[in-house]
Order: sequence, then C-alpha cells, then structure tokens
Amino acid sequence: MTTAADPLSQRLEGPQPAVEIARDLARRGVLVAPVIIGFGAIFWGANGAASVGYALAIVVANFLLAAFMLGTAAQISLAMMGAAALMGFVTRLALIFLAVMLVKDLSWVELVPLGITLIVAHLGLLFWEMRYISGSLAYPGLKPRPGRSY
Amino acid sequence: MSIASTAAQVLAQTDITADELKAAEGASSAGFAYGLAAIGPGIGIGYLVGQAVQAMARQPESAGTVQTTMFLGIAFTEALALIGFVVFILLKFV
Repeated sequence: MTTAADPLSQRLEGPQPAVEIARDLARRGVLVAPVIIGFGAIFWGANGAASVGYALAIVVANFLLAAFMLGTAAQISLAMMGAAALMGFVTRLALIFLAVMLVKDLSWVELVPLGITLIVAHLGLLFWEMRYISGSLAYPGLKPRPGRSY
Repeated sequence: MSIASTAAQVLAQTDITADELKAAEGASSAGFAYGLAAIGPGIGIGYLVGQAVQAMARQPESAGTVQTTMFLGIAFTEALALIGFVVFILLKFV
C-alpha cells in the first residue's frame, strides 16, 4: 500500500535550479545588451537605444523575479510554490504593465522598439539558454562546465 | 438592437463626437484583447504547475529536474501573455 504524497508539507531543499538558470539568463542578457542596443540605435536613434535597453532590463528583471519567487516559495512548501507561480504570473504581468505605462509618455521612449524587444529578448534569451540546460538528475540546472564549482 | 444603432442613438443624445466614440471603442477593444491574451497563458501555467507539483510530490528525488522544466515552461508560456501586452500597447498608443 502506498501513501499519498502531501504537497502541503513537502518542501524542496538544496540548490535551486530555477535561480541558477535565471542568473545565467541575466548574464547572457548583459552579454547581448550592447548588440541589441546597437540595433535600436541604428533603426530608431538614441531614443530607440534607450527604449531597447529599458525593455531588456524589464525582461531580465522578470526572469530573476520569477526564479526568486519560485525558489523562495519552494523552500516553504510545494503548494506555496504553486501559489507563487500563479500569483507571480499575475504580479509580474502587472509590474511589466506598470513599468511600461509609467514611461510611455516620456521623451526618450519609443514604444515600437520597446515592444519588439520585450518579445524578441524574452524568447531569444530562452531559446539561447535551452542549449545550456542539462535537466539530468546529476545536474538538474545547467550543463557542467570545466572549472565551475557546484 | 445592434451596437451600431445604439452608438448612433448615443451620439444623437449626447455631445460625444464620432472621433471620441471611436477612440473609446479602440481603448475598450485593446483592453479586451490584452485580457483575453492573458487568460490562455494563465490556464496553461496553472495546468503546468499543478502537474509539476504532483510530480515533485511523487518523486522528490527528481524535483530539481522537474523544477527546471517547470521554470522553462512558465517562461515560454508567459511569452504569449507578453505578445498580447505588446499588441495592446501598439494598438492603443502607436
């Protein structure tokens, strides 16, 4: 006879792969920022470059906040992690909405490059990161790299 | 009674101009579009997280792998809501 697992009392301890992945995503976002901002400057000028940089910062902050919320809640209980994932979705959408609405009328904001960057940077960073995800039992987060401590 | 005839009656009875009515319709449509675009990812993330929590509770030794998959799934699903949001700001403000 098996006993049913109780997600209310179980919690995850040890390293948090989501946080590890989000940090790596942020690192890649910083690496690619000059290129994306350069594209914004070429097509939309200085305002475009500033808008693209702002959008990239929103995307990176969104990843980091999502991972932090999931990781922190998973250390409390699995049920809390589920709640954090759902409430986090709504909260982060509201924060992105607020972050864009607060600056939309400022002189340096170009909404078209900002919107395009939000989508392209989000998806582009994710697809790029997929190449470095291990997802195995030994390395649940990123693939092992030589010279890296775990 | 159709929406167009109702709008015509409202126009006849008030000081609202046709341009103002059109702008109001555009704003409400953009709002509906953003709201509808957020519903699908919300359902998707709910299902995804529910299954992930169940998997972690059943097999705690694979919780790390499941959490990685869950985080990536949430991020990809959230892109749909972001697309809806970008369409909203482009429709409404550009």
